[in-house]
Amino acid sequence: MRTLLRALLARRWAAVWRRNARVWRRLAGPALLGNIGEPLLYLLALGYGLGSFVGEVEGMDYITFLASGFVCASVMNTASFEGVYSAYTRMAVQETWTAMLYTPLDVHDILLGEAFWAASKSLLSAVFILVVAYFLDAVHGWQVVWVLPVALLTGVAFAGMALVMTAISRSYDFFLYYFTLLLTPMLLFSGVFFPLDGMPEAVQQAAALLPLTHAIELVRPLMTGQPVTGIALHLGVILLYCMAGLTLAGHLIQRRLFR
Amino acid sequence: MQPIVSARGLTKCYDGQAVVDGVALEVLPGECFGLLGPNGAGKTTTLRMLLGMTPPDGGELQVLGYAIPEQGRVMRRQLGVVAQQDNLDPDFTVVENLRTYASYFGIKLGEHHPLIRKLLAIASLEHKAGARIEELSGGMKRRLAIARALVNDPQLVILDEPTTGLDPQARQIIWQRLRALLNEGRTLILTTHYMDEAQRLCDRLAIMDHGAILDVGSPTELIERHIESHVVEVHGPGLQRWLDAGDGRWVLRSERVGETLFCYTDHERELVEALCEHQGLHYLSRPADLEDVFLKLTGRELRE
Repeated sequence: MRTLLRALLARRWAAVWRRNARVWRRLAGPALLGNIGEPLLYLLALGYGLGSFVGEVEGMDYITFLASGFVCASVMNTASFEGVYSAYTRMAVQETWTAMLYTPLDVHDILLGEAFWAASKSLLSAVFILVVAYFLDAVHGWQVVWVLPVALLTGVAFAGMALVMTAISRSYDFFLYYFTLLLTPMLLFSGVFFPLDGMPEAVQQAAALLPLTHAIELVRPLMTGQPVTGIALHLGVILLYCMAGLTLAGHLIQRRLFR
Repeated sequence: MQPIVSARGLTKCYDGQAVVDGVALEVLPGECFGLLGPNGAGKTTTLRMLLGMTPPDGGELQVLGYAIPEQGRVMRRQLGVVAQQDNLDPDFTVVENLRTYASYFGIKLGEHHPLIRKLLAIASLEHKAGARIEELSGGMKRRLAIARALVNDPQLVILDEPTTGLDPQARQIIWQRLRALLNEGRTLILTTHYMDEAQRLCDRLAIMDHGAILDVGSPTELIERHIESHVVEVHGPGLQRWLDAGDGRWVLRSERVGETLFCYTDHERELVEALCEHQGLHYLSRPADLEDVFLKLTGRELRE
C-alpha cells in the first residue's frame, strides 16, 4: 500500500502510460470507430426498440436510463479488456514488462502506468458515449462533467481487478472465466439495463457489493440532472476496489516476475 | 580498484534445490567477464540475481557499489541489459524503440537527437531507422538490443548469450561492437555457449556447473591450468592396433570418447611422427583450447 503510494507520487509510471498511449495512437482509427459506433448502435436499437415497449423508467425515457448505464458498462469493459488481454500480451508474450524492469522502473511503476492507461481509455470511451447520449437528448445539465472523474476512478478499479487476473493467468483462455463468471453477471445485475428495485432482496444486496452498481448510482443522476445521494458511500466502495485490486495485483506480479 | 560486481556465498533455491550454490564472483572495472556452463548450470539465475530480478536466498551481492536487490533501482540507472530474447517493442519502429526505452530512464530524446544518431550508427541501422521490428533480421535485432542497452550510457553491460542463433557474419559484427564498448572503458558480463566467443572476448571467465563455480581465470590461464599444450584427436580402424602396440609414450593423458581417442600431450610433434608410422589412423593435432577445459571440468554427458 505504502509502496504503491510512493510510486504514485514518483510519477515514473508516466513513462509506461506514454508508451501505451504511443502504441494506441497508431491504431486509434478502428478503436475510435468501435468506441463511437458500437454504443451508438446499441443505444439506438435498445433505447428506441425496447424503449417503445418499456416507456418510462424511474421517471425518465428508457434511452436516457440506458445511456447512463452504458457509460459505466463501457468503462468496465474498456478497462477490463486492456487490463487482461493487452496487459497480458505485454507481460507474457512481448516481454515488454521484463525490458522495463531492466531500467529504473519497478513493478509498481508498471502497474500504475498500466492501470492509469486502461482507465484513460475508459474515460475516453465514456466521453464518446456521453457525446452520443447528448445528441440523443439523454444528457441534462452541466453537472454531467462530474461523470468524467467517476469514470476515471471506476476505470482504475476495473483495471486493478483485471491486472490481478493477468498476474495469475497462464494463458488467454483463463480470462474467459473472469468475463463469464464475474463481469457478465456484473453487467446484468448492476442496473445497466433495468432498475434493481424489482429484483429479489438477495440480488439487490449482492449488487450493492459490486463496483459497477455504485458507479451507476453516481453516473445516472449526474447525467440526468437529478440530485446525487450517498456520494461518500459510492465513491468509497469504488475507491476500495481500486486500492484492493492494485495492492493485490502488485503483490502477485512481483511474485510472478521476481522468482 | 573497487570491483564492479562482488558476490559472496550467493545462493538460490527452487523447491529446496540449490540452483546457485554459494557462488563467489568478482568482476573488475573495464574487463569482459564471461560466465560459461552447460544448460542448467545456474548462469541465467546468477545473471538475474545481478540484475536484482531474482532475490537471493543467501549471500552478499554488490553491483556498481550498490547492495542488490535492495538498491536495484539506483544501480540500474548505470546498467545496460541485453536479454536473450531481445524483447524489443514490436509495436514500434527502430527509432521509437530507442526513444521509448530512453523514456524509462527519464531521458527525453527527440527524433533527431545526436544520441539517437549515435545509437543507430552503433547498431548499423541508420538505413532502417523507420523500420518495424518484424522487418529486421536476427542480427539487426540483436544489434538494436545492444544499442538500446546503451541509451543511459551504462558503466556495466550485461549480455545473456549475445550471439546465440546468429550466423557467422552477424556474430563478427556483434563482437566488434562489444570490443568497442570495452575500448570505451565499459565493463561487460556475458554468458555464452560458444567457446570461441569466450576465448576471443573475455579477459576472465568463470566456468559454472551445478550451481557452483568450478574455476575462474583468463582463457590462457584456464587452459594452462587444466590441459596439456596440445590435443591430438585420433580415430580410424587402426586405433585399437596402435593402442595394443603400447606406443603411447608421448601421450601424457588420454580419454576415449566413442570412436575417438583424445590424447593430451606437450610433445605433439613426436606424437604425430609416431602416429604416421601406423596405418589406418586419422588424426587431428591442435593446440588445447577452452572447449577442452570446459569438457574436462563439466564432463561430456549430454545436458537436456
